[in-house]
Amino acid sequence: MTKPAQFRSCPTTGLRVERSAENLIKANAVAAVVFLAVGGFFGLLVALTRWPAVHFLPADLFYLALTAHGFDVLLVWIIFFEMAVLYFASAVLLSSRLAGPRWAWTGFALMLSGAVITNVAVLRGQSTVMFTSYVPMMAHPTFYLGIILFAVGALIGCCVFFGTLVVAKQEKTYEGSIPLVTFGAMTAAIIAVFTIASGAIILIPTLLWSMGLVTYIDPLLYKTIWWAMGHSSQQINVSAHVSVWYAIAAMVFGAKPISEKVSRMAFLMYILFLQLASAHHLLVEPGFSPEWKIFNTSYAMYLAVLGSMVHGLTVPGSIEAAQRRRGYTKGLFEWLRKAPWGNPAFSGMFMSLVFFGFLGGISGVVMGTEQINLIMHNTLYVPGHFHATVVTGTTLAFMAITYILIPLIFRRELRMKALAKWQPYVFGIGAAGISLFMMGAGTLGVARRHWDITFADAQLPFDYPSAAYLMMGLNGMFAVLAAIGGLMFVVIVVSSVFFGKRLAIDEKPSYPEVPPTARAVGHYGSAESIHIPGTAVLVGIFFIAFVLYYFVNWKYLSEVWPLS
Amino acid sequence: MAISPPTERIWWKEPIARVELIWIVIAFVWGLVMFSMMIYWHGAGEQNLSSEAYKIKPQAFAQKAQTMIDQYTVRQEGGFPVVRPPVGSDVYLIARLWQWWPILELEKDQSYRLHLSSMDWQHGFSLQPVNINVQVHPGYEMVMKLKPNQSGEYGVVCNEFCGIGHHTMVGRIYVVE
Repeated sequence: MTKPAQFRSCPTTGLRVERSAENLIKANAVAAVVFLAVGGFFGLLVALTRWPAVHFLPADLFYLALTAHGFDVLLVWIIFFEMAVLYFASAVLLSSRLAGPRWAWTGFALMLSGAVITNVAVLRGQSTVMFTSYVPMMAHPTFYLGIILFAVGALIGCCVFFGTLVVAKQEKTYEGSIPLVTFGAMTAAIIAVFTIASGAIILIPTLLWSMGLVTYIDPLLYKTIWWAMGHSSQQINVSAHVSVWYAIAAMVFGAKPISEKVSRMAFLMYILFLQLASAHHLLVEPGFSPEWKIFNTSYAMYLAVLGSMVHGLTVPGSIEAAQRRRGYTKGLFEWLRKAPWGNPAFSGMFMSLVFFGFLGGISGVVMGTEQINLIMHNTLYVPGHFHATVVTGTTLAFMAITYILIPLIFRRELRMKALAKWQPYVFGIGAAGISLFMMGAGTLGVARRHWDITFADAQLPFDYPSAAYLMMGLNGMFAVLAAIGGLMFVVIVVSSVFFGKRLAIDEKPSYPEVPPTARAVGHYGSAESIHIPGTAVLVGIFFIAFVLYYFVNWKYLSEVWPLS
Repeated sequence: MAISPPTERIWWKEPIARVELIWIVIAFVWGLVMFSMMIYWHGAGEQNLSSEAYKIKPQAFAQKAQTMIDQYTVRQEGGFPVVRPPVGSDVYLIARLWQWWPILELEKDQSYRLHLSSMDWQHGFSLQPVNINVQVHPGYEMVMKLKPNQSGEYGVVCNEFCGIGHHTMVGRIYVVE
């Protein structure tokens, strides 16, 4: 507060960018990528171990690596990057100074130390309890302590974000309402506060319990509240990566939301209903009533799903509208065919959209159906689903926007452009394969978090069908592909950020190219003139796939042993 | 654009495009259909997990199971008692590090009240290849009515991580004609 804020003017967008906001975005993004690399490495080890022909790690190290993998990528990579997104969507998009940069740095330091502390606790072998750390299985106190510190740091980051919204409003750095992307980021931040509060409510007593100060934690209560954090944190991801989709559509195509009202209502649905999804994890636990399960697992009649389905139309729809304005009007799909598929920001974003919807979204709703969960709970279907949402959805979207942030925020020319062009495809297809084959294995009953599906050391032998082994092998191969894609990303980012050509203060980056007419497209006519037949066909295909897959699973369910 | 403030200051009064409106209606109705399906299945479907559960001390549950084992063990198999409880009776299955205890032998097309509880950490009851998956907690006794509809030998895999021996935790259920 003592120093006046320093600004530069962005030559590409004309936005005023404050120095401290820029530095915080850089720090958070770099920390994110470091933990992506670490967590991704553990993920590769896990996948290689679950590939029956390779079976790489011994059992103890496998469970250790799986714990580290879950924590590092599901929590640390994503939340660090989300902090960067929050600061970008507030300070940069609103041309404002950041509220309390020192607080933001404090938050960053807490998150970093928390992440390191928990990683050390896991790597020392004292805390192989999985990311979910279900009681009464106990980890070392520092395991919980690190997560709590990390969460407090993230909470501070959210407060800085809210503060920046207030500052920008007071100092009138923008006119009218906040941009849609900022609105989406605000959605993420609001859900984050709920998430972190839930985490504190359950992890602080658990920390005390691990130190011997509390004698008993009810396992069912733990699970209920833990998932109010665990699942809600994935809803932060959804809000954040949907915002990123809108941002990339705007930055690559100059796309304007079809209707501000509809897109914002869809985000509002997330704020109101997404948090009920803790119930997804409690559908086969003892004692919950059907009424409770049905209301909560469906987000109160699928109103949050409605939000996602709306984004699924409006994001590609806004791109189609912008492309048609630019003259790509032939047939249903010229706009899509002539899209910049060589621009990693676009290709990553579009694959993220498609995979998130088709693989992650549909499987999530099906698995979250009260009765159908019975044939999927804790099988590999579950990680199959969330690798589609979190890896092909969130991670791919974050990778995509990184290609835009490197020139805009880091002010470096992107290096290895030929590699960058392929990176989203290698990673996206790899991760989509992981999701598909894990879901396939789960359908065949294969357990998640399991070292040996041959049960070689079991007292009673049991065999999964041979197709399960095929699925696990394919899963391993696609995991290797995804790991190569992830490595490509890390190499490109590190080499660009540290060794890329510095851009002069008023120099526009030449890559990823932004079409010259892009900004003019922001002003086309009224909503009635919107013509997006290609998108309508795409969502139609999505809808048919959704309905078919949904009822196929009811059919599967109807064939298992009757129970009541 | 989505990264700048809305061009129309009064954006909330802009009309909604027809294609959006149609999609919202479709998605909303589909949501209602999916919501109703769960309710419908409670009436028409045969696979609805019961919500019957009790708090119980692990020792008390073990004792109930032992009583059943003492009464109805028909043979031993690989160190496990094979228990054939009467049709329609209460059947107990203990989850513990790292066993499903005992082996059960049930009759096809007959109902049993299966009680599940854990002695230590959480476990996952995963009946294979049927693929019925239920979470087992320590301190809670879950009761469900189960009706095997095919004879054969079934595995009970643990699908909740329960420590270093997790992958060795396999149980068995026989269904006989």
